[in-house]
Amino acid sequence: MSDSTAKLSPQNEPLLSVRSLSVEFGTGQGPFKAVKDVSFDVRPGKTLAVVGESGSGKSVTSLAIMRLTDYTGGRIVGGEVLFRPDEAAAVDLVQAPDSKLRQIRGNDIAMIFQEPMTSLNPVFTIGNQIAETLILHEGLNMRDARLRARELLQKVRLPDADKLLDRYPHQLSGGMRQRVMIAMALACNPKLLIADEPTTALDVTIQAQILNIIRDLQAEMGTAVIFITHDMGVVAEMADDVVVMWKGEKVEQAPVREIFAAPKHPYTRALLSAVPRLGSLTGQPLPKRTPVMVIDGGEPKQVGDTHVQDTADYAKPILQVEKLTTRFDVGKTFFGRVTHRVHAVEEVSFDIYPGETLALVGESGSGKSTIGRTLQQLVEPTSGTVRFEGRDMAAMSQGERRRLRQQIQYIFQDPFASLDPRHTVGYSIAEPIVVHGLINDRKAIERRVHELLEQVGLQPQHAKRYPHEFSGGQRQRVCIARALASDPKLVIADESVSALDVSIQAQIVNLLMELQERRHLSYLFITHDMAVVEKISHRVAVMYLGQIVEIGTRQAIFENPRHSYTRKLLSAVPIADPERERAKMRIEGEIPSPVRPVGQEPAIHRMHEVEPGHWVAIEAEGLRGAA
Amino acid sequence: MAGFILKRLLQAIFVILAVTLIVSFAVRLSGDPAVMLLSGGGNVTEQDLQNIRQALGLERPFHIQYLSFLQGIFVGDFGNSFMGATPVAALIAQALPATLLLAFVSLLISIALSVPLGIYAAVHRGRWPDQLIRILSLVGLSFPNFWLAIMLVLLFSIMLGILPPSGMEGPESFVMPALTMAIILTATNVRLVRTSMLETLSQQYIMVARSKGLRDNVVLYKHALRNSAIPLVTYIGLQFGNLIGSIVIVERVFNWPGMGTLAFDAISNRDYPVLQGTIAVLALFIVLINLVVDIAYGLIDPRIRTE
Repeated sequence: MSDSTAKLSPQNEPLLSVRSLSVEFGTGQGPFKAVKDVSFDVRPGKTLAVVGESGSGKSVTSLAIMRLTDYTGGRIVGGEVLFRPDEAAAVDLVQAPDSKLRQIRGNDIAMIFQEPMTSLNPVFTIGNQIAETLILHEGLNMRDARLRARELLQKVRLPDADKLLDRYPHQLSGGMRQRVMIAMALACNPKLLIADEPTTALDVTIQAQILNIIRDLQAEMGTAVIFITHDMGVVAEMADDVVVMWKGEKVEQAPVREIFAAPKHPYTRALLSAVPRLGSLTGQPLPKRTPVMVIDGGEPKQVGDTHVQDTADYAKPILQVEKLTTRFDVGKTFFGRVTHRVHAVEEVSFDIYPGETLALVGESGSGKSTIGRTLQQLVEPTSGTVRFEGRDMAAMSQGERRRLRQQIQYIFQDPFASLDPRHTVGYSIAEPIVVHGLINDRKAIERRVHELLEQVGLQPQHAKRYPHEFSGGQRQRVCIARALASDPKLVIADESVSALDVSIQAQIVNLLMELQERRHLSYLFITHDMAVVEKISHRVAVMYLGQIVEIGTRQAIFENPRHSYTRKLLSAVPIADPERERAKMRIEGEIPSPVRPVGQEPAIHRMHEVEPGHWVAIEAEGLRGAA
Repeated sequence: MAGFILKRLLQAIFVILAVTLIVSFAVRLSGDPAVMLLSGGGNVTEQDLQNIRQALGLERPFHIQYLSFLQGIFVGDFGNSFMGATPVAALIAQALPATLLLAFVSLLISIALSVPLGIYAAVHRGRWPDQLIRILSLVGLSFPNFWLAIMLVLLFSIMLGILPPSGMEGPESFVMPALTMAIILTATNVRLVRTSMLETLSQQYIMVARSKGLRDNVVLYKHALRNSAIPLVTYIGLQFGNLIGSIVIVERVFNWPGMGTLAFDAISNRDYPVLQGTIAVLALFIVLINLVVDIAYGLIDPRIRTE
C-alpha cells in the first residue's frame, strides 16, 4: 500500500502504527534492551501475527503497545505507538497521559493473556469481572452490565451463561476460563485485540475451539487482532500478516503466504525448518531423524543428518503393562469416607519393546502422566500387573524395586523445576550413579559425568556450573544426561520437549533419537503434541479419560485413524501451511472429568483389531456422539 | 461447615485443658500463698499457716484441686480470689472488656497503618519510599515495648502534659497504650503486607485488571488486597497470642485495669484461682480468634469455601 492511497481512503489507514519502538529493562548489570527499534502496522479488521521464540521480545512488544510495560519495570526509551480509533487524529500512546490511556485500555484496545488459569481474579465472580469493564467504560449499572455479560458469555459459546455469572474462576476449566477472558476483552467492542499466546496453555481440541471463536468474533465485530505466538501452525491458521521477531528485533515482515512460501531472513528459514509438520512422514513406516537448521553466529547452519530410526526389536517386550488401573481418592465426608475418585487410569494394557519409542498421547486428564509415574514407582497402582523383562513388579523385593528405578528413568516436562538450583549440574548428574552405587571411585564418577555431558551435546567443564547458568534447552540436556547416568533401559519422557522453543525442541528430539540408537534405549514418550509424536515414535497409543482408545504403529494411527477421538485430535492440530484449506471438523465440547462418585465405575472399552497390531476401542453410539 | 466448626471447638477444649493444667501445676511451684498472705503479720506459727491452707483448700492433693477448678469452669465459677475472697468471675468480668477494647483498638490502628504503608512499599519496591518504610519497620521492631511506653509517657504526659499517664478514663487514655501496641504490631504487619502484595502484584490477573483500564487504586485495593489478605489474616490470628503477651506489660506500665494487670498481680500474690481463671479465659479467646480467622478464609477466598 503506497502512501498516497492511504491518505485517500481513511479506512485503509493503519489502525495502529508502531514506529521504532524500543523498550528497556533495568537489571543489575545495567539496562537491557528487550525490544529494539521495532516498527509495524496493524490494518483495521486484520490479524497481524507476531512470532518469535522465548526472549524474542514479542510479549514485551505486546505489553508496550498499551504501555503496560510501565508496571513490569520496563521503560519505553524511543519510538511511537500511533493509534487511530476513528477519523480523528492519531494518539501516540507512548506520550499519552495516564487518564487517556485508561480510557483506551479495555475499551478501544483489549488484551488476552497466555495463562487462562491465572488471568482471572480468583476472588471475584465471572459476572463481576466482566461487568467491571462495562461499568467502567460504558457507564452501565450493575443490572445492565450483568445482562450484557450474559450475552457476551453466550457469544463465546459458553453453555449455562446464567449460572456462570455467579461462578468463580476455579470452578471452570482452562478452556472455559479463556472464553471468559475473550468475553471480557470483547465487552466494549474494542477496535484492537491483543492476544498474547492465548492458546499455548490449552489442550489442542480446546485450542481449536478458541481459535474458531476468535476468528468468528473478529469477522462479526471487525476487530483487528495482534496475535502473539510461537506456534507456526497457529500463525498459518490465523494471520493475514506476519512479523518475525528475534532477539528483540523485527527480522522480517510479510503477508502470511509469503512468509511460509519464501522466507527471506535466515532466522525465519531456520524457524520454519524446525517446525514439526503433521503429515511430513506420510507413507514412511519408521520414524526419521532429519537435519535441523540453526543460526550459528548469524549464519544458518544444518545440524545432524537424515537417518531412519530402525532401532526397535520386536522379539520380546521389555515392559508389559496389563490392565493397569490407578485411582485416587478425593472428596471425603466429615468422617473420612471417600465420596469421589479420580479414575486416572482404567485397565490400560500395552507393551514396549527394546529400542522402541511408544508415544502415549492424550489431553489433560487422560491419565497419560499417571501411567509414567506408576512405572517409575512414584504412584502405587490400584490393580493390574507391570512386568519388566518378564518380572512382575508387584512380586519384587525392596532391592529389586530399587534396581528397577535404576533401569527406568524419568525426564520431566519442566527443565527449570526439575534440577536442584543449589547444586552444580555435575552433582545432579552424579547423584543417580552414587545412589545406585554404580561406580564408587570419585575420579571415575567425574569421568562418567563428563562423558554423559558430551553425549548430550554439552561440554565437560559445564559440570561445575549451576542450573541458572544454562538456557532451557541446555537444562533439558542436563536432565537427559542425569536420566542416562544410571544406564537405564527404559526412559519415560513426560512432555519433555513441550516447554521448549521449536528450534531447541527439534534438536532435543534428534538427540533423544540419536541416544536411542547408540544405547538401544526404549522410550515411553508422553505428550499432547501430535506433530512431535509423528516424528519420534514407532508406535502410538491414544488415551482418552484413562483408557487407551486406539493403539497401533505410527503409520496406522496417522494415516488410518479409526477412533473418532483420534480423528478429532488429529484434525485439531494447527497445520503450519497457510495454503492448505482443510475440511475442518467442527470440534465442540469440553474434555469430561475423570472424577466420579464412588460406586459409579466407568465402562471399560472393548478393543478389536482392525489390522495387525492396530487395535481400536469399539465405540458405543452415545459415546460417538459425545466424542 | 458445621462439622468444621464442631471439630475446632473440640480442639479448643483440649487446648484449654492443656493450658490450664500446665498453669495450675506451674504456679504451685512458685511458693506457698499462705506465707504470702501472712507475711508482715508479725508472729506466724505453723498452725496459722495450716489453718489458712485449710481454708483455701490447698491441703488437698493437686489433682483434686485441679478437678474442682475444672468443675467450676463448667458452671462459670472460677472460685474466689485468695485476696479479699472476691469471686474470680467478677474480677474477670471487670477486666476483660478493658483488655479486649485495648487489643482491638491497637489492632485496628495497626491495620489502618500497615495496609496502606505495605502496599505503598510494594508498589515502590526498591525505591526510597520502600527503603524508608522498611527501615522504620525495623526501628519499630527493635523497640522493647515497655521502653516505648515509658518514652510516650515522658513525652505526652510529663513534658507536654496533654495525655493522662495512666488509668482508663475517657478516650484520651487509650492513645498511649494503644499506640504502643500498634507500633509494635505495625512494624511486623507492614512487612507482611509488603511481601504478600509483591507476590499478588506479580500475578497475571493484576495485569489483566490494568489492561481493563482500571485506576491504580482500584487495582491495588480491590483486585490485589483481597488476594493478599489470607496471609495477613492468618498472621493477625497468630499475633493475637503475642498481643495478649505484650499487653500484660503495657497494661502494667499504664496501670490499665485489664486482664494483664489482673494476671500480673495474681502472679505476685500467688493468687492461684485468679491466675488460673484469667489464663483459661485468655486461652479461650485466642482459640476463638483463630476459629474466626479460619472462617474468614472462606469469606475472603471462594476457593477455600467450596472445599
